[in-house]
Amino acid sequence: MAAHIENTTGERQKPQTKALWRVFWILLIVTAVEFVIAFTISADSDFGKWFKIGTFIILTFVKSFYIVGTFMHLKDEVKSLIWSIVLPVIFVIWFLVALVLFEGGYIGTVR
Amino acid sequence: MATTHASSTPDHLIWKGGVQPMKVGYGKLMMWIFLLSDTFTFSALLISYGLVRFSFPSFQDANPGSSINDFTFSQTWWPTPERVFEAVPFLHGVSAPLVFVGIMTFILIFSSVTMVLAVEAGHRRDKADVEKWMLWTILGGFTFLGSQAWEWSHFIHGTGGGGANLVFNEYGPAAFADFFFFITGFHGTHVFSGVILNILIFYNTVNGVYEKRGHYEMIEKVGLYWHFVDLVWVFVFTFFYLV
Repeated sequence: MAAHIENTTGERQKPQTKALWRVFWILLIVTAVEFVIAFTISADSDFGKWFKIGTFIILTFVKSFYIVGTFMHLKDEVKSLIWSIVLPVIFVIWFLVALVLFEGGYIGTVR
Repeated sequence: MATTHASSTPDHLIWKGGVQPMKVGYGKLMMWIFLLSDTFTFSALLISYGLVRFSFPSFQDANPGSSINDFTFSQTWWPTPERVFEAVPFLHGVSAPLVFVGIMTFILIFSSVTMVLAVEAGHRRDKADVEKWMLWTILGGFTFLGSQAWEWSHFIHGTGGGGANLVFNEYGPAAFADFFFFITGFHGTHVFSGVILNILIFYNTVNGVYEKRGHYEMIEKVGLYWHFVDLVWVFVFTFFYLV
């Protein structure tokens, strides 16, 4: 809440929207970059395939940091709230990595 | 900051016990907890998609040495998404891979920024601005839902190979269409609920409910939900359409 300025006077204040539009442009440009990568890099080679997948995942997390941090104002909240949200999500990623590394091969053999 | 209050905390953010855990209002904290549980649901869906997808061979696994450009549909291997989603309304027969999903992504990002502008206007207690940005957000929501309806219709009717339902689809293994319907459908349901909530708070804003209440925290809470829906789409876009 710290960054918010609550208007208690009832007067019309000037909008503070510069940071918000900046994030909008960042999201738009990152998405455009994803498109460029999708169409210019061939997935025929192993390198191309994993480079594309890796880049897309990294860019997705870049976008989610901006959406959660600025649009949902999570970076303005207190530390305990930030960690209450971020920590469980880290566990989900851990869960995913465990599945892929230890269970993925098994699932492949039983299907 | 408020000079009329003895403490810097606005009254409406104090919980009934007289304290304020994590320095947020009760409703906002509960919205965060709800969104966290929703994160688990969507993660489960996308993780199962990934595991099932990679348990099927890709086109190149099944045809060693071939290029992705020679891709053809078969029930044996998992389809390459950019070859499935390449139709755009009014451009019949033109191959434009991922262009329409790109437009849908842009619509959702745009409606996300108009939502956060409505939240910002709420902090300033600027009723006219809240109304304006909420209207844009609702419009974006409807446009997205319409685009999705078109995409579903095109996916179901197909391009002459029998289309798609839950037991068969012309693009690949049955599980491919099942996941498409379930994941984008579950996300679309969220967008739909979001549009309903947006209309509700727009109605309340116009009627001066929040002006009377003295704060626009409700816009903030629904805004959290709306941004989350946008966030989910960012992940669906990557893991369903791009990868």
